[in-house]
Amino acid sequence: MEAKDIHQKLKDKFQDAILDFNEEVLQPYIVVAADKVDEIAEFLRDDDDLQFDYLNSLSSLDLGENLGVVYHLYSMSKDHKIVIKTEVPKDKPDVKTVSHIWRTADWHEREAYDLMGINFVNHPDLRRILLPDDWEGHPLRKDYVPQKSWHGIPTTLKGETEDDEQQ
Amino acid sequence: MTNSNNFPEARYELVNPDPLKTDEYILNMGPQHPSTHGVLRVLLKTDGEIVESATPYIGYLHRTFEKHAEHMTWPQIVPYVDRMDYLASMNNDLGYALAVEKLMGLEVNERAQYLRVIVAELNRIASHLVYFGTYGLDVGAFTPFLYAFRERERIVDLFEEISGARLLYNYIWIGGVAFDAPEGWLDKVAEFCDYFEPRIKEYNDLLSYNKIFIERTANVGVIPADLAINYGLSGPSLRGSGVKFDLRKNDPYCIYDRFDFDICYGTGEKGTLGDTWDRYFVRIQEMVESVKIIRQALKQIPDGDAKETVPKNVRVPKGEIYFRSETPRGELGYYIVSDGGKNPVRVKVRAPAFSNLSIIPAIAPGLMVADLVAVLGSLDIVLGEIDR
Repeated sequence: MEAKDIHQKLKDKFQDAILDFNEEVLQPYIVVAADKVDEIAEFLRDDDDLQFDYLNSLSSLDLGENLGVVYHLYSMSKDHKIVIKTEVPKDKPDVKTVSHIWRTADWHEREAYDLMGINFVNHPDLRRILLPDDWEGHPLRKDYVPQKSWHGIPTTLKGETEDDEQQ
Repeated sequence: MTNSNNFPEARYELVNPDPLKTDEYILNMGPQHPSTHGVLRVLLKTDGEIVESATPYIGYLHRTFEKHAEHMTWPQIVPYVDRMDYLASMNNDLGYALAVEKLMGLEVNERAQYLRVIVAELNRIASHLVYFGTYGLDVGAFTPFLYAFRERERIVDLFEEISGARLLYNYIWIGGVAFDAPEGWLDKVAEFCDYFEPRIKEYNDLLSYNKIFIERTANVGVIPADLAINYGLSGPSLRGSGVKFDLRKNDPYCIYDRFDFDICYGTGEKGTLGDTWDRYFVRIQEMVESVKIIRQALKQIPDGDAKETVPKNVRVPKGEIYFRSETPRGELGYYIVSDGGKNPVRVKVRAPAFSNLSIIPAIAPGLMVADLVAVLGSLDIVLGEIDR
């Protein structure tokens, strides 16, 4: 199925939850509402024409004002792909989880939470995955400032800290 | 009768008089454990020898690659991607270079394309050889390890000659390769193919069809195809479950559509479809296919300047791309966002071993601890790319 047919099908079913569609780019994408992601994902997986059974990747983005989540989907049986995007404000970064639809998303969402601070609502086990549990902040945000030390271990080298102070 | 050992009389009573009742035992496997292939900790709850639950804890090798990438120029990132999957650096480089080239709309010199395929497939063989050797170690066979490293050494020598490095090559650059092949190098590759192909029979005699090995691996850790797809498994770990899916065939990139080779997949030959033996044997067969590809590439490779299309300044227009390629471990995806500047805005890596490992909590319950070692080994994880 072509991207614009997929968009049409979603638009018919979810109307207002489908916010935008762009096919003038290398890989066409559909923007959807963050609080409907789980329903849309379930439809994408279970619909007979779509059958998106494989979640390639779930990425997080810092867009300045907002945070973004990007889902790259592929259908093994139908051999077609689509990109789904969603945006949430930085002060309330709530996205519905899709970890029960594609189990791949379980760890990918934990990674996005850990490094970008996106809160996946209803995720069964939303813990940090790569960083220590008591780490402060989310490093992949553009405005991230590392904590000075962690359990007495300095996080920056001596020279770097002095540079920071000069600036 | 007197007690000749002079043991004092017991001064306690057994609290739990039922001799068969056991407690749940919590066992930390790793972070330093030979079968975890790096620094992975798996927290096991066991009932005797049986695993009740297994929770992997990762992040010990986290080097903030994605943050680093946002502060570096496009070509500077290549040496960093080398260090993700350090057993298949060439394949990592290839994926990154192809992603950026696609974003730039850059056509790469023909000779460079063929050199890329040759080194990528050699690296696939080298990586599978490490797998073959260490998997033998995991299940208690020491000898195959020595055979595997004997052959791998020759590949590493070939890489040293063409790139100057033995493990982290920084060889495939955006727009081409770092160096053209030195004189006579291609002949040496052909020589290696002739030398290597008969060895695979040796491996099969030694390990694949070894009765003890089959007993240890067949019918253990079965992953059904739908579960594998739902967990995002890829590469040989997915194909072991009988899914005939290889990105080199199903979504061809680079020049893989010019070669004639087969997709190897599990058939349940020695046990159940999708068991550890299937996943193991897919990799052995893939080495044969890689040799096939290399032989064809050697025949077709044209003359020319392999560095012709390497740009002096890499300018990437505004845009984004998700590019996936088949590494020895599976689908390596790069999600790259560019705003037209000198540095990328975001480089997200979808590491194959990251998703492959995430299935462990689902298949571990009910296994013996020793079988869990066999299952972990069969997924061929590299912690460098899981933690990035």
